[in-house]
Amino acid sequence: MIKAILIFNNHGKPRLSKFYEHYNEDTEQQIIRETFHLVSKRDENVCNFLEGGMLIGGSDYKLIYRHYATLYFVFCVDSSESELGILDLIQVFVETLDKCFENVCELDLIFHVDKVHNILAEMVMGGMVLETNMNEIITQVDAQNKMEKSETFIFQSTRQDR
Amino acid sequence: MALKIVKGSIDRMFDKNLQDLVRGIRNHKEDEAKYISTCIDEIKQELKQDNIAVKANAVCKLTYLQMLGYDVSWAAFNIVEVMSSSKFTYKRIGYLAASQCFHENTDVIMLTTNQIRKDLSSPNQYDTGVALTGLSCFVTPDLARDLANDIMTLMSHTKPYIRKKAVLIMYKVFLKYPESLRPAFPRLKEKLEDPDPGVQSAAVNVICELARRNPKNYLSLAPLFFKLMTSSTNNWVLIKIIKLFGALTPLEPRLGKKLIEPLTNLIHSTSAMSLLYECVNTVIAGQYSCSVGRIKSHLLCVQKLRILIEDSDQNLKYLGLLAMSKILKTHPKSVQSHKDLILQCLDDKDESIRLRALDLLYGMVSKKNLMEIVKKLMIHVDKAEGTTYRDELLTKIIDICSQSNYQYITNFEWYISILVELTRLEGTRHGHLIASQMLDVAIRVKAIRVFAVAQMATLLDNAHLLTGNMQRNGICEVLYAAAWICGEFSEHLENPVQTLEAMLRPKVATLPGHIQAVYVQNAAKLFATILKNQEGNTDSTAAQETSQMMIDRLPLFVQSANLEVQERASCILQLVKYIQKLQQKDVEVAEEVSALFAGELNPVAPKAQKKVPVPEGLDLDAWINEPPSESESEDEQPKAIFTKEEPKHSRPRHTEVDEKELARRREARKQEQANNPFYIKASPSSQKVYQEAPGVEHIPVVQIDLSVPLKVPGLPMSDQYVKLEEERRQKERAEKKKKEKKKRKEKRSGRGKKHDSGPESEEDITPAHVVDIVTEEMPEVAQEDQNHLPSPYLCRVKICICMFCLCRPLADSEKLPVRSHRAAGAPKSPAEDGEAENATPQEPKKKSSKEKRDKKKDKERDRKVRLRCWKHLPPSGHKSDSRSTPSEGRTAARRQLRRCNLMTQCFTFLVFPFSRKVCDIQGNLQDGSQVVVSVIFENKSDSFLKSMEFNVLDSLNSKLQRPEGSGPHDGLTVPFQLPPGVSNEARFVFTVQSIVMPQKLKGTLTFIVKNEDSSTHEKLDFKLHFTCTSYLITTPCYSDAFAKLLESGDLKSSSVRLEGVNMPFHHLLARICFHHHFSVVERINSCASMYSRSIQGHHVCLLVKTTVSIDAKCDEPTLLGNVLDEIKQTFSQC
Repeated sequence: MIKAILIFNNHGKPRLSKFYEHYNEDTEQQIIRETFHLVSKRDENVCNFLEGGMLIGGSDYKLIYRHYATLYFVFCVDSSESELGILDLIQVFVETLDKCFENVCELDLIFHVDKVHNILAEMVMGGMVLETNMNEIITQVDAQNKMEKSETFIFQSTRQDR
Repeated sequence: MALKIVKGSIDRMFDKNLQDLVRGIRNHKEDEAKYISTCIDEIKQELKQDNIAVKANAVCKLTYLQMLGYDVSWAAFNIVEVMSSSKFTYKRIGYLAASQCFHENTDVIMLTTNQIRKDLSSPNQYDTGVALTGLSCFVTPDLARDLANDIMTLMSHTKPYIRKKAVLIMYKVFLKYPESLRPAFPRLKEKLEDPDPGVQSAAVNVICELARRNPKNYLSLAPLFFKLMTSSTNNWVLIKIIKLFGALTPLEPRLGKKLIEPLTNLIHSTSAMSLLYECVNTVIAGQYSCSVGRIKSHLLCVQKLRILIEDSDQNLKYLGLLAMSKILKTHPKSVQSHKDLILQCLDDKDESIRLRALDLLYGMVSKKNLMEIVKKLMIHVDKAEGTTYRDELLTKIIDICSQSNYQYITNFEWYISILVELTRLEGTRHGHLIASQMLDVAIRVKAIRVFAVAQMATLLDNAHLLTGNMQRNGICEVLYAAAWICGEFSEHLENPVQTLEAMLRPKVATLPGHIQAVYVQNAAKLFATILKNQEGNTDSTAAQETSQMMIDRLPLFVQSANLEVQERASCILQLVKYIQKLQQKDVEVAEEVSALFAGELNPVAPKAQKKVPVPEGLDLDAWINEPPSESESEDEQPKAIFTKEEPKHSRPRHTEVDEKELARRREARKQEQANNPFYIKASPSSQKVYQEAPGVEHIPVVQIDLSVPLKVPGLPMSDQYVKLEEERRQKERAEKKKKEKKKRKEKRSGRGKKHDSGPESEEDITPAHVVDIVTEEMPEVAQEDQNHLPSPYLCRVKICICMFCLCRPLADSEKLPVRSHRAAGAPKSPAEDGEAENATPQEPKKKSSKEKRDKKKDKERDRKVRLRCWKHLPPSGHKSDSRSTPSEGRTAARRQLRRCNLMTQCFTFLVFPFSRKVCDIQGNLQDGSQVVVSVIFENKSDSFLKSMEFNVLDSLNSKLQRPEGSGPHDGLTVPFQLPPGVSNEARFVFTVQSIVMPQKLKGTLTFIVKNEDSSTHEKLDFKLHFTCTSYLITTPCYSDAFAKLLESGDLKSSSVRLEGVNMPFHHLLARICFHHHFSVVERINSCASMYSRSIQGHHVCLLVKTTVSIDAKCDEPTLLGNVLDEIKQTFSQC
């Protein structure tokens, strides 16, 4: 099971947080802070696994993360997930974001966190991996966006995003 | 025109969308909180609008704010509104918001059930998809129960997109509503072979998660998974399956054998490291029962792991070490051969890797390399930055040194100096660990005491260096050990007076109380030794000076705030004063004083207490007070369903309290004290007290900077021992060689070259000094039996997924509740009670309560716990002129049983589905005070039950008869064992004094449950209900004797009316005969006379009339009252 998925930047600002178990808002923020603290002090070329988060889980849980430019992608998982598999999954996630946003950068995540959530929902559902095939994910996301567009076409004309 | 209006209103209301909000927050870095609070006000305004688009926009913004840590639960209802929009765009926003901030306690979730059901059955697959995704995050037990059936239908949806989501969410449903597992399982199994790989993968995923909780249930799926494993090409699925096999192989050794071939093939063929790693892991897991054939695959694993560890990719290195530690548990030898590699990893710059390597070290050490490894670790300790890692190192050092009774330590002087060096760690919280090691070594290794005492004396002398860390509360624990060792073994001290002086310094008073107490006590021991030494001399002034010093210094401790310190100090102070008096009279006191502390204290083995036989007559299991009723907790039980049953063995983590937090707590405490009328405030009058007992935080403590390596005078460095030891060993080796040469010369054989150049083997290393490890004391009685049984424990079983047998066919009652408005769809209640519950359509609220009840019943059935106590008619000697049909008797008995079940509620959820007990209580005619209880034990479980012991808590009135010589609380052994499914009867005799009152006796049945691989102790609590009826014995009586009896006038009369009984008269009589042990004397038309006798000879006469009233006479009114009550109760249950 995946217990939480966090994305934050080099300064610890959350860009996306998805908890698959309920915590109250304060605890969530504390978890984000603590995770950032743990992850950020690690060098670039060390392993991507980390034990010892105190707030989430216990000895069974691991943090698996990847660092891309200004963003950290952190998955908190238990021992039923394959460590290397999750690393691949993070890669798939980022590549999917890249496809969906065309050259994704931190700004995309900042302004369109809802879209990121929607993409993530096609990959991971309730803490379990739903789909690992990037093309399949993109197809579904696109189809839903198209549907949304057809519904909101009328409003889109009055106002431009961004 | 209409469009224009819409446009206009939207322009007005859409003053901020999510992007604007984010931009705004970024532009207001200075006063972010203020900006957001105005935004929230705006959002509140927007939520009041009727326009759903505006609401959706507001909810979207709230979702973002939630991520930033703002509580948005106040908008829960608006979120539900947006969720129920017909437009996909808004629906998605709503579900996203709900998935982020709804949880089990969100009350509006109740309102969503119908909406979600509607979305699940929407023709648009994305509506369904969004609903499933959202539901996966906030599913509650109620939702799970209500929607389980809808989701099950979706598992066979035409679109794979829906199918896979439905399959995946089933796991969450199982978690919240375990009863759904059995009905859904066949379909889930079907999905393993779904044509769509995504659905297949989802099904594998779900089953893997389920199997993690209870692998046993899924063994039957092994062939299917085996097929999948050999056919699938999806690495994700393969990894999951292989992980699942890793969990299954320990349960089924044959599986491991079968897996080896395909797994080795995969290991050789795959290019995916993730897959390879999991294969290796599973092969390792299958090796608990290693046979010769597997050695090859095992070697392959170790080889592959070595390649991983040597890889430049840190991730692979980490995982390699992780897997190695699993091998270490089963095959330590094969890991040891890679020692070089692992030691190398200790130097890695990555902390994760170092920690893994540290774990492996434990199995790595030998006599030969212990010093070297520890030396390396000590260097790391010096270099380490974070306290966590340093503490980890410290515990590891102590772990590997002390493992298996200090097996690998050849030189204890070295070890003591390592420990002393470790005391110089700043801010560690493992002071107590070091201290206990010091104590242990000093006590158990006699030869080291001289050295240890000298070291400890220096430690005490330099205590100020350690107490610099006082406020961190860690290392000063060491002083506890130091003081105790110096006191206890004071005869080895070189300069006891100096040490005594060090122990009585005023600064000591700043140490924690328990340490001060040890200081005071051991100062007394030291004093005794000093007196002994000095009295031998002619100069008596020295001895008197020492006494004077004690008298001068001790008052400081007498004033201590700590009771323990105060008590010991004032005690010893008086003693010293008395000694001083004697000294002034030139009386020799040393002998007597040292007699106070004479005798050696030996360590006691941790298991010693268990070996002490329990004194006769002491029942440790008996309740001293009545246990609190547990029946209330039953309702809460299901909440904890199987999330808590996983053993939680997380490492204990201490949270370090930072300065701020401390200050806050201090403030809070002061506040509390100020408000508490019972607390003595620090008013001027009580100032003195306050000064005497200063809070630790008020003492100014000078922080000593220890960053510069300290060279404490007199403290040896452990390094020198390494050198010395090396020299010593070399010397020994040289000597040995010499000897061998001699031997060889004598023998003149040419084959003995082995020893010459090869590295010395373990056995060659002899300890520096012969170490006499004192064995721990054990009580003598128990010395011989070394194989102790696992201590009995009480297992509190909760109903959980694990306990459902998935192979059993579905019972009617287990079908998922289908919500339907037709009566036919409503679930039927279990029929066994014979209560016809009308299956009329009910409103949801009412229904839920009913379902709850059903659920409870199901649970009870699953648990199969049926401990029954019932009383019925003695089989023989019963004569009645009216027929009592056996079936009638049985139903009545069952009713009785139901009552008993209620009565014994507290145990029904305590126990395993193990045994069933039926008992029959019967008076003994020969002896007026004996009652025989026959109990039928039936084993309804699949396990073997043995060593059953039956025990009842005696009351004043009733006692279980026990064999001669056993105590009043001993249990009786049941003289048989029970294989699964077998029943047998045992009889127990009770002595009863007064029979006029009914009684309930509490008892326990303890037994051992033996499975193939394990055996556990179990306990079953029960109550025995002795009714007054059970003291009655059916005795035939002739009508003339009966008439005489009635005429005698000794009998008191009483009468009772039975309300609402409408059965044929002969049935009524049969019932009384059957249940209450009466016989009919005479029956004349509308009335009948009945008679029975108690075991103590009381006559009970009844006159039963068809108007259903009973007139009764008996020579004991209390007994009669109770019997009538019981009769009444029997008929009130019809």
